[in-house]
Amino acid sequence: MPDFLHFEFMRNAFLAAILSSVACGIIGTYVVVRRLGFISGGIAHTAFGGIGLSYYLGLNPLAGIIPFSLAAAIGIGLLSRKARIAEDTAIGAFWAAGMSIGVILIGLTPGYAPNLFSYLFGNILTVPDSDLQLIMGLDCLIIAMVWLFDKEFLAISFDEEYARISGLKTVALDLLMLCLIALTVVIMVRVVGIVMVIALLTIPAAVARSFSRSLYGMMALGTLFSCIFSIAGLWLSWVFDLASGATIILVAALVFLVNALFGTGKTRRTAC
Amino acid sequence: MTEPLIACDRLCVELGGAKVLDGLSLSVHEGDFLAVLGPNGGGKTTLLKVMLGLVKPSSGSVTVFGKEPGQASGRIGYVPQRLDFDRSFPISAMEVVLMGRLSRKKLFQRYGREDRQKALDALETTGLASLAQRRIGALSGGELQRALIARALAGEPELLLLDEPTASVDPEMKTTIYDLLDQLRKQHTIVLVTHDTGTIGRHVSRIACLNCTLDMHEPGSTLGRTALEKLYHFPVDVVEHRETQTPHRHA
Repeated sequence: MPDFLHFEFMRNAFLAAILSSVACGIIGTYVVVRRLGFISGGIAHTAFGGIGLSYYLGLNPLAGIIPFSLAAAIGIGLLSRKARIAEDTAIGAFWAAGMSIGVILIGLTPGYAPNLFSYLFGNILTVPDSDLQLIMGLDCLIIAMVWLFDKEFLAISFDEEYARISGLKTVALDLLMLCLIALTVVIMVRVVGIVMVIALLTIPAAVARSFSRSLYGMMALGTLFSCIFSIAGLWLSWVFDLASGATIILVAALVFLVNALFGTGKTRRTAC
Repeated sequence: MTEPLIACDRLCVELGGAKVLDGLSLSVHEGDFLAVLGPNGGGKTTLLKVMLGLVKPSSGSVTVFGKEPGQASGRIGYVPQRLDFDRSFPISAMEVVLMGRLSRKKLFQRYGREDRQKALDALETTGLASLAQRRIGALSGGELQRALIARALAGEPELLLLDEPTASVDPEMKTTIYDLLDQLRKQHTIVLVTHDTGTIGRHVSRIACLNCTLDMHEPGSTLGRTALEKLYHFPVDVVEHRETQTPHRHA
């Protein structure tokens, strides 16, 4: 066993990295092919309101994050799809309002808020066993939903109009997918924090796309890339004593950059 | 007389306050091959979308297979004008064509052997069987168009609605697509929206000219310059509309 795995917090951190990569690879694939990166960012930042609320009420932060991120997913989804409001406007409103609720509620709570920073930028080194179980449960839920709605999710991702003509309830399916993104956000807040969630939801899947021939292939490869980025980032942060979440993101971003610069030639060749 | 597959009665559609279709009456019967001609913005695509239930009429009525539009999705095959999709989407031609089976499947029901067989048959009909596993983004414009036709066929529809199937392909592929339609009209009722005033008359059984309002032209008539110039507001080729019972063959 490598020396850093002798510590329990380090073993938990690695388990968290691997378990969260499953959700990242699967849901990130939909985020990338449907271009839902910005809406995912909106959901994540709205969840800060939930952190503020649970802090104010003295509850476990997850008790606030889960309802807030689900509400953001449904709210942004309904506003932009039913109420003829431009999607980026709806996202911007939720994003800022959620953050504001968080800031005000934390301000109203007496005393200093010590863990705030870890929710914004993640702290994978403090993941308790109970969180690992929760992440595992959410992973199972996500896999089950994606397996059940396999052909419907593929259809709305590739050609939403055709899905609608074929009799699918596209708005409901869309909202369901946004809720799955919200649950993935809940997982990722622990690992990399609210601010950096979008990176892990998009980069592993985007890199995987250049090497995949099917959506399932992209999910599997995205999960693998996410694992590699998180473990490499975690190890580097241990060796050089850096912030873990930020190091994970920078490893991912570096690979993304290299792939974007040198990988495009390959995709263009296979396209002909 | 049998009940029409599509019946529009004094149909009006407004989009964003502008009248796109005005008082349009039209019926399509089993075995028809109807071409709808008209300029851009004349409401051709809107008419198809009304038939598909994607656009609601502001007044008048439409029935498709005797029902409200959108209620008979399993009996209609739709070929969109062009698919605005991400060419890097990781999906094979086969998987796209399988989507044509969607309207015949229940929620949670997975594609089975029969679905795969129908999709393969459709790829065979459109001449794409050898490209079934090709990534969709790697198909040429004409191949993509035929893949979209295959997707519509995979659902075993009675009625085919095609939106400008020849708009983005080269002349040779255009002939291939028309040959394919000549073959398909034996088993399907077809409504085709197009700009193609030149060759269309040889293939179809009826022509409708659409520019907000609709003019029907029955077999045997020649759609003269005046009618077309009135339609397009500038000179166009004459559309000769001969009765073609013998299938058109391309030399």
